[in-house]
Amino acid sequence: MKSKLVAEQLNLWFGSKQVLKNINIEFEENKVTALIGPSGCGKSTLLRSFNRMHDLYPEARIEGHIKLDGREIYQKDIEVTDLRKRIGMVFQKANPFPKSIYENISYGLKINNLIADKATVQKALEEAYIWEEVKDDLKKPATRLSGGQQQRLCIARAVALRPEIILMDEPCSALDPVSTLKIEELIHHLKKKYTIVIVTHNMQQAQRVADKTVFMYLGEIIEQGDTHQIFNNPQHETTRNYISGHFG
Amino acid sequence: MQYKKRIAIDQIAKIIFKSTGYLVLALLGGIFFMLLYNAVAFFLEVSPLDFISGSQWNPTAAEPVYGILPLIVSTSIVSFGAMLIAVPLGVGTAAFISEYASPKLKTILKPAIEMLAAIPSVVIGFLGIVLVGPGIADLNNLPNGLNALNGAILLAIMALPTIITISEDAIHAVPQTYREASYGLGASRWQTLRKITIPAAAPGIIAAVMLGLGRAIGETMTVLMATGNAAIFPKGFFDSVKTITATIAIEMGEVPYQTTHYYALFAIAIVLFFMTLVANLIGEYFINRFRKYHAA
Repeated sequence: MKSKLVAEQLNLWFGSKQVLKNINIEFEENKVTALIGPSGCGKSTLLRSFNRMHDLYPEARIEGHIKLDGREIYQKDIEVTDLRKRIGMVFQKANPFPKSIYENISYGLKINNLIADKATVQKALEEAYIWEEVKDDLKKPATRLSGGQQQRLCIARAVALRPEIILMDEPCSALDPVSTLKIEELIHHLKKKYTIVIVTHNMQQAQRVADKTVFMYLGEIIEQGDTHQIFNNPQHETTRNYISGHFG
Repeated sequence: MQYKKRIAIDQIAKIIFKSTGYLVLALLGGIFFMLLYNAVAFFLEVSPLDFISGSQWNPTAAEPVYGILPLIVSTSIVSFGAMLIAVPLGVGTAAFISEYASPKLKTILKPAIEMLAAIPSVVIGFLGIVLVGPGIADLNNLPNGLNALNGAILLAIMALPTIITISEDAIHAVPQTYREASYGLGASRWQTLRKITIPAAAPGIIAAVMLGLGRAIGETMTVLMATGNAAIFPKGFFDSVKTITATIAIEMGEVPYQTTHYYALFAIAIVLFFMTLVANLIGEYFINRFRKYHAA
């Protein structure tokens, strides 16, 4: 299997606080990898370093390597806007723009000089399993949609750019079980085309959606491997305690 | 006992706050009726149509004429001119402070801008007479610079602190998640600011502009000092103008009590009142239109 995204000896500090410690990890193409761990273990921080979201915050300092298709993403000659087009992101709280449903999709296409016609928008919405629900309301404000619909719209917004990787930061944490199930079905469907990295604190969700699972604790990767193996035959004491609900 | 006491205090507080609320309403109503009462006395003698559409204001002539159109045009030219200058400058400054300025620069800029609001209008008028006015005259080969452009520039300076401060609050209040979502799609800083942050802050920015416009329309001393106050029909920015506010301020002190001219000044005050009212209503309309897109 080909590794799409690789982090080597990655360390990250916020001010003087070290949040990520010597992270070494590979993400395989067209697989879903779940990052699990208790709150504050650095899983979201790790996720956000893959699309250079930390660039927005001057107090964040990064050392080490992250490579996309073998190319260092923190190098000067990498255009961060192009990188973020290739690595899409879905956030914890659904954050559609305060624009119409249609414009939420067309915005990303326009800023990247891609064709932003109705067919392209429709295709993205279809891929995110939301077209049927919104096809008559494309001009309505996206903020009028339900929480689950908003999150699928955000996935459609990311998918519209045909990224190579989709990062998902606890995409279901604010959703009800039915909406969560819809998003999980969507993830199953999306992994045929995209490499997906999903942060979740819901261990059942990790088992349902992920091929690979990475367990993090206090800024370090404790254990990684096939989801089945992590949950049924963990090698580390901490992993075992976490997945059996002793802490976290 | 304790409980009854608390209920009583609640009641008293309610009555106090209710009465302060009604007091403000009564003040507003009182001012409006005072204006209306005196204006009605004027309209008994001069037809409202002649008043609104008349192109000459000359109440002290042998045959007095009360045409308010030149005054309305004067006020409009100066105010909208001021907005043309102040809005791009103000919103640009607000965006810079909120999105680009370093924290250190921010701590210098914000108080400095608030200081600008503390300059008395008469000082700004002085600036117009000695600096901006002569500058305009020199650049355009005019005999003097006491014209609409001079007033507009000065009013822009006066409206800037309001526009900057409130716009900056509005831009700053745009949730960071919008910006992150935009950057996450590969948008540049400028694209994010222009297409996401500013539109999301639009209700606040429009409110800021409307407050600035309200200040410009109502400002008296500066325009009185800087615009020449010629009783002519202004044709452009290089003409002298006599605004509604300046007219009232100049003539109120000299007009004999309860004459037609005296009542006429109340009538034009009502027109001024409606102009600011319309500015506010337009502002409200846009605020609601954009608010629709924000989560409840």
